[in-house]
Amino acid sequence: MRREVPLMITAIVGFTLIIVYFVPHPPFSDIRDLFADWFSIIAAFAIYLGILSLLKINVEKIHRKKSGWQFSWVTILGFALFVVVGITEGRDFGEYGTRYYYLYDRIYYPLMATMFSILAFFIGSASYRAFRARNREATLLLLAAFFVMLGRVPIGYYLSSWLPEGWRMGDMANAIMSYPQMAGQRAVMIGIALGIVSTSLRVILGIERTFLGGD
Amino acid sequence: MRVRIFSGQLLKPVLLGLILLFILSFQPQAFCQDTSAVLDTIPPAAPENVTAKDTPYDRGRSITVNWEKSMDDGGGAFDVTGYEIMRATEVDGEYKLIGTTTAGAQHFIDNDVRDGVGYFYSIRVTDGVNLSVSAPSLAAMSKPQWVNLRRVNVFVFAAALTFAILYFINRAKRGKELFIRKIAGLEAVDDAVGRATEMGRKIYYVPGISDMDNMQTIAGLTILGRVAKVAAEYEARLEVPVSRSMVMVSAREVMKEAYSNAGRPDAFNEDLVYYITDDQFGYAAAMDGLFVREKPAAIFFQGQFYAESLILAETGNSVGAIQIAGTAAPAQIPFFITACDYTLIGEELFAASAYLSKDPKLLGSLKGQDVGKFIFLAAILLGVILITFEILNIGPWFTVG
Repeated sequence: MRREVPLMITAIVGFTLIIVYFVPHPPFSDIRDLFADWFSIIAAFAIYLGILSLLKINVEKIHRKKSGWQFSWVTILGFALFVVVGITEGRDFGEYGTRYYYLYDRIYYPLMATMFSILAFFIGSASYRAFRARNREATLLLLAAFFVMLGRVPIGYYLSSWLPEGWRMGDMANAIMSYPQMAGQRAVMIGIALGIVSTSLRVILGIERTFLGGD
Repeated sequence: MRVRIFSGQLLKPVLLGLILLFILSFQPQAFCQDTSAVLDTIPPAAPENVTAKDTPYDRGRSITVNWEKSMDDGGGAFDVTGYEIMRATEVDGEYKLIGTTTAGAQHFIDNDVRDGVGYFYSIRVTDGVNLSVSAPSLAAMSKPQWVNLRRVNVFVFAAALTFAILYFINRAKRGKELFIRKIAGLEAVDDAVGRATEMGRKIYYVPGISDMDNMQTIAGLTILGRVAKVAAEYEARLEVPVSRSMVMVSAREVMKEAYSNAGRPDAFNEDLVYYITDDQFGYAAAMDGLFVREKPAAIFFQGQFYAESLILAETGNSVGAIQIAGTAAPAQIPFFITACDYTLIGEELFAASAYLSKDPKLLGSLKGQDVGKFIFLAAILLGVILITFEILNIGPWFTVG
């Protein structure tokens, strides 16, 4: 029963949502919203398990003085700070002008932006490795990257402005992005779409059950 | 010494200051009227041919209103700033404002109606000062439809694909040998886990940052089952830091089962799967910290990723870990290819479970996918030929409503 009940629920929900996609008439149209609500409710309860896990792991790390245990203090204190301030602010805790908003705007948001901005440096280091002409394919990639990157910046336009229209850097970049890149991207997308349909079918029919803990 | 203003001592500077202040604060516009507003007394031409009809193929409770633009919108006086949609339940009744659109708009969807009630619509055009009102539409009534006919093409294709998948699953069950090409990334799982065992370092498994409602997460968890089983057999330490609580619960079940199947249930500990944060970059920061401090021997990225993909993969690369990634997010695939040793591209992620388990039923479903690819390929070739020779445009057949 431990395995059969989840499989049955999966099958019922899966088939119902397929019907909903093609039949907009009530009560089917309302079922989708109902399922979405249930998902949110389950996720809301699951978050408590997540919090317990977070606190347990970090408290244990501090207790045993594991590598990087000092950061666990930052995690626990940061978590406690946001929770306490959020609760004391009441229902409108996220509104502009509240203390929670201040913490969000002055601490959380800059930290998030910092992490995102690191991406620029990682793109630099990754590009350096990717665009080395080690073999024929890598050389083609390098050439494509050369035209696309230069074609997207003003200097590319100035460098190639003496060329006839249609042969300038920007034109080359557009051609690369519109034809070979787009064709490759669409091939990948078609494969992904088919993969999703196939996997969904396997899950709904109960053939695929590893995600439930089955083999 | 006392200073008296009106004694003459400070009178002049004060008066001069006041005059100066008056001059500086003088705004000629305040004494002039806005001639443009006053002079424009000509209202824009009213929109014409206002029609309202039930929004097709929907759940009801929606009416679509269409109209022809005012002559002064994009032409004539060029002064239309927007349209206001008015509604009444009787043709001569009181029309109430229910929505606005910008200039250039020619339709509006009213999602605030009751099924079975007749509504009349009138469109008011404005140039910011003057208004013109159109003649009202005929009555429109919303009702739900049973079938979304715009999705018939999806239904036909899905039915054909389902039939093909079920057919090949059945064939595989009867013992028919099915060929499946080698997927390098999945072949490398044993090597990666073995390397971690030899080095005595950890393995990190990252199942993406989406929740259990994402098919990529489910695909990622199926691969986790295999990785966990190998890790249990090799006695390597596998950790799964997750960004969603529900994924944590599911991943624990998957790992527990995998360790049991490997004959090592005692080696499983719930704390091997732990929650970090739902936040995208908070999660990336935590993972980077783990990678740098723990210097894992192998890292798996399998699931849905966004901008954090390269942040994670480059950090993993910098600590010298063998990295196997897999995602169906097209924008992240190039990043993983660049920074990881092996990458499962798109559909390979979904094929992984069948590939690793060699279960004939799962392998049969892969064969069914090939039929879908054949249909797409045939449609693309046919479409190219038909459009090149200007015979027929079959593009709309593949448009989903």
